[in-house]
Amino acid sequence: MTGSLPRCLIVAIALAACVASANGGDIPLDQRRSGYADLGRDTKAMQDDDTSNPATLWVLDGEALWNQKAGSANRACAECHGDATASMKGVAARYPAFDAVQKSPIDLEQRINLCRTERQNATPFAFESHELLALTAFIGRQSRGMPIVSTDEKLKPAIEAGRKLFMQRIGQIDMSCAQCHDDNWGKHLTSSLVPQGHPTGYPIYRLEWQNLGSLQRRLRNCMIGMRAEPFDYGAPEAVALEAYLMWRARGLPVETPAVRP
Amino acid sequence: MARPLINVPAKVKRGQVFEIKTLISHIMETGFRYTTTGQRIPRDIITFFSCSYNGEEIFSADFYPAVSANPFLTFYTVATESGTLEFKWIGDNGFSETASVPVTVE
Amino acid sequence: MDAPGTTRREVLIGALAGGLVATFGAAPARATPDEMRAAIRKVVGTAQVRKGRIDLDVPPLVENGNTVSLVITVDSPMTATDYVKSIHVFNEKNPQPNVIGIRLGPRAGKAKIATRFRLADTQMITAIAEMSDGSFWSASAELIVTMAACVEGL
Ligand code: HEC
Ligand code: HEC
Repeated sequence: MTGSLPRCLIVAIALAACVASANGGDIPLDQRRSGYADLGRDTKAMQDDDTSNPATLWVLDGEALWNQKAGSANRACAECHGDATASMKGVAARYPAFDAVQKSPIDLEQRINLCRTERQNATPFAFESHELLALTAFIGRQSRGMPIVSTDEKLKPAIEAGRKLFMQRIGQIDMSCAQCHDDNWGKHLTSSLVPQGHPTGYPIYRLEWQNLGSLQRRLRNCMIGMRAEPFDYGAPEAVALEAYLMWRARGLPVETPAVRP
Repeated sequence: MARPLINVPAKVKRGQVFEIKTLISHIMETGFRYTTTGQRIPRDIITFFSCSYNGEEIFSADFYPAVSANPFLTFYTVATESGTLEFKWIGDNGFSETASVPVTVE
Repeated sequence: MDAPGTTRREVLIGALAGGLVATFGAAPARATPDEMRAAIRKVVGTAQVRKGRIDLDVPPLVENGNTVSLVITVDSPMTATDYVKSIHVFNEKNPQPNVIGIRLGPRAGKAKIATRFRLADTQMITAIAEMSDGSFWSASAELIVTMAACVEGL
């Protein structure tokens, strides 16, 4: 990538300069926009058409897993939950959710793995495994077009914790998530546009990954970019950040499975 | 897993030119990448694709490492008669996948 | 710890720029425009290649070099006696000059294909179509590849 490096340097320095002068605060509700709005023509087209969206391959695999018996209980998800188009409609739009048994917020991946272990007596799927991504994409797909909901009072402490993490300067570059996503969205960083950072389409097919990936993987990428130590998969901090991002995106439609650069 | 996704219109008129869309799960490892410890990651790609219409090959392609992961390919054919479209992907390490879809010509 | 003489911002740039290297950048050798010409010669032999009859639809700005959409339409009646036999796509700077080679015929009805391919860097791509009368036609497009931000290492 020689040749493009000096330009990146200039752009990042320019961004760092505006960070210094930027004003804080939440993005007004009516000014929020999904990362979809900033996609190029071809990437939009890829997301818009299921038959050309690579993520559809995972959704189909998720559907197959949904109907497949598993674990020593030898039961399929479908045996308890029936037709996912009805039973899972709107579910992904309100996750992370507060789990009464765990007495803590859990995200959709953790919820699926709870049913794996508690209801199917099977081993949990690894984070970012093909199976877990496929089931998450399949369940997420049932909420496509529905507004993100974040109204559960029991989630408030997690959302507050997530907000703190979002506002906190971290890593070697000593920046916060908010400095990019609240204060400098719409500006360019190494020629890609800084989005508002809404979790509307997860799991996403990211062109950079050439693969499907979870919201936690996406957050890890930003944290690695910030030269900060990413949270472990499933860590309470990661779930809190997810809960805050969903609250921040409340009302925006679910796009799962989305495509991003 | 790794089911190919094929999309054709449910029904077509005789003589109609219709689009065939194909998408298949495959990493398309180029063979030009190295691990962090400096080892070359061996090539693992689909090298050949073909489509037959009632047994006659109507389209084929050679893929190189520059074809994106999860290869997507669309093309066209003329509706001649009802029958089957058969698809075949062949690649490194003995990779072989087939799919077929019915064509209904009215 | 920052390396001596490295500013924090350079560390950031390094981290953000790191990802694309994983695609092709680590390759020791890259194809060159000469290699692309040689690869084209292999297909066309000594025949003359004329410009025209091919429309290349590519993104004005490539968001990620891993997945570049490409639509090729060749101007041909696609009849039993006048049709496109093959379409080949070449690039200048990936490690290998070939992208895809396609064989079709009159039964296609329409000489139009769409696919997605990888581009290591800003560069020119060329498509060559062989017609049933043995003539070769070509079209080229310059593609500008931008870099992804916030990526993980390999
Ligand atoms: C033996 C029956 C059973 C099986 C099998 C089962 N589940 Fe569940 N699932 C439940 C029950 C009961 C609940 C209600 C919440 C609870 O567990 O406390 C639930 C809750 C859920 C929820 C949360 C729904 C919500 O409204 O918040 C999801 C998502 C889910 N299951 C997914 C799955 C998936 C995916 C599978 C297959 C891998 C699966 N379940 C297998 C019984 C089952
Ligand atoms: C230096 C600026 C910067 C910082 C700091 C940063 N991000 Fe990002 N973030 C980006 C950019 C740029 C993208 C889009 C990258 C792309 O599309 O290639 C992005 C993408 C995202 C997305 C994906 C949005 C979508 O449409 O899918 C989320 C979510 C996100 N960031 C959250 C965070 C969180 C949480 C933090 C703090 C831990 C953070 N970011 C810190 C620049 C930043």
